[in-house]
Amino acid sequence: MRHIKFEVIVEKVSEMCKKINYELSSDVINSIKLSRDKEKSELGKSILESLIENIDIAKEKQVPICQDTGMAVFFVEIGQDLVIAGNLKDAINEGVRKGYEEGYLRKSVVGDPLIRKNTDDNTPAVIHYDFVSGDRLKIKFAPKGFGSENMSRLKMLKPSDGVEGVKKFVLETVKRAGSNPCPPIVVGVGIGGTMDKASEISKLALFRSLDKSSDKTHIKELEDELLIEINKLGIGPQGLGGTTTALAVKIETFPTHIAGLPVAVNINCHAARHIEVII
Amino acid sequence: MKNINMPLTEETTKSLNAGDRVSISGTIFTGRDAAHKRMIEDLKRGKPLPFDINNQTIYYTGPTPTKPGQIIGSSGPTTSYRMDDYTPTLLDLGLRGMIGKGERSKEVVDSMIKNSAVYFAVIGGAGALISNSIKKVEIIAYEDLGTEAIRKLEVENLEGIVAIDSKGNNLYESKE
Repeated sequence: MRHIKFEVIVEKVSEMCKKINYELSSDVINSIKLSRDKEKSELGKSILESLIENIDIAKEKQVPICQDTGMAVFFVEIGQDLVIAGNLKDAINEGVRKGYEEGYLRKSVVGDPLIRKNTDDNTPAVIHYDFVSGDRLKIKFAPKGFGSENMSRLKMLKPSDGVEGVKKFVLETVKRAGSNPCPPIVVGVGIGGTMDKASEISKLALFRSLDKSSDKTHIKELEDELLIEINKLGIGPQGLGGTTTALAVKIETFPTHIAGLPVAVNINCHAARHIEVII
Repeated sequence: MKNINMPLTEETTKSLNAGDRVSISGTIFTGRDAAHKRMIEDLKRGKPLPFDINNQTIYYTGPTPTKPGQIIGSSGPTTSYRMDDYTPTLLDLGLRGMIGKGERSKEVVDSMIKNSAVYFAVIGGAGALISNSIKKVEIIAYEDLGTEAIRKLEVENLEGIVAIDSKGNNLYESKE
């Protein structure tokens, strides 16, 4: 049995919170640069250029790329042969508290959705747990901004709607979102499972590196096709027109019921922050 | 690029057209969801607004905490439509300009035409870059709201674009 200390998790989470809010990962930076080179609209190109400038400033000064430093979302994989000293949920929340305070990150969480008083430490985090074999702890983190989260949607399609129904719903969601989610966006799609599972895997899709396609051939083809169709919508950078509406489409699937075809679309802004560590 | 001085005048506002690139300098005020809600509640209770809104511009932003040595943390725009329910009341009271990102409701655009107001878009997700244009910050109201408090800002060459002008022309609808 391998043991992991509470403090080690706190420290790792705290570091992740700071780092990813200051520095985007190279897959996202490369994707934005590639889009800038290909963008047809002159205004769109200049907006993408400003985004790159912003990314450089944030990294150099170690300040947040965007003021919406998000609600903290985690996917953790817990090796079965692992013993964690203390409560894992508490350790992650303590890491968020520490990272957001030390890193001068914005506290954007209200404790009750109706009373709406800020918790002042950006907790609680949203945490998804999974158990895997082995003795490692994998922590995947994404601070999720709400300009784009608010534009996300779920629909329980009929099996007869099929792949055409899925495409229609994804395109309709991106179109309705328009300029609001800070395009160019990353589109996470969850197909299958139950209502909650579809949402969960649409979020998980946003954690995937932008240069990695699905390993299922028919899903990879759907990702490619949807990206082309979305970029034909003309929404463009910041919704002011152009050929770059999305940087990527990532789709995750899960087995579902004979009566159903749930589809969830989770939208991310261009500041597609995701990071993982293995302890 | 047109240089715009804040506070706006009716004349300047009317001279701006959707699609104009602008460089904004002068005094503006921040306010987002919670501050708007409270301003409207205050008005309903017969209390005055925390600042004289006539000809002023509100920037929809909630900055990150200020690091030592900084003037302000990252301060990009938040999505504007969430303020739409409150905006016509403020426009009727003299609000002249808004800075944010994303489309507005028909009610807001109609009220902008009626009151000769302008809506600027700045780049969403460019908070580190935008904070370079902010030279002075002072919290003037609702300090308990933290990031959502109303701040008076002095800005220099804050670059944006006229998204909706005082005639109701809308860049989001026409695109470039």
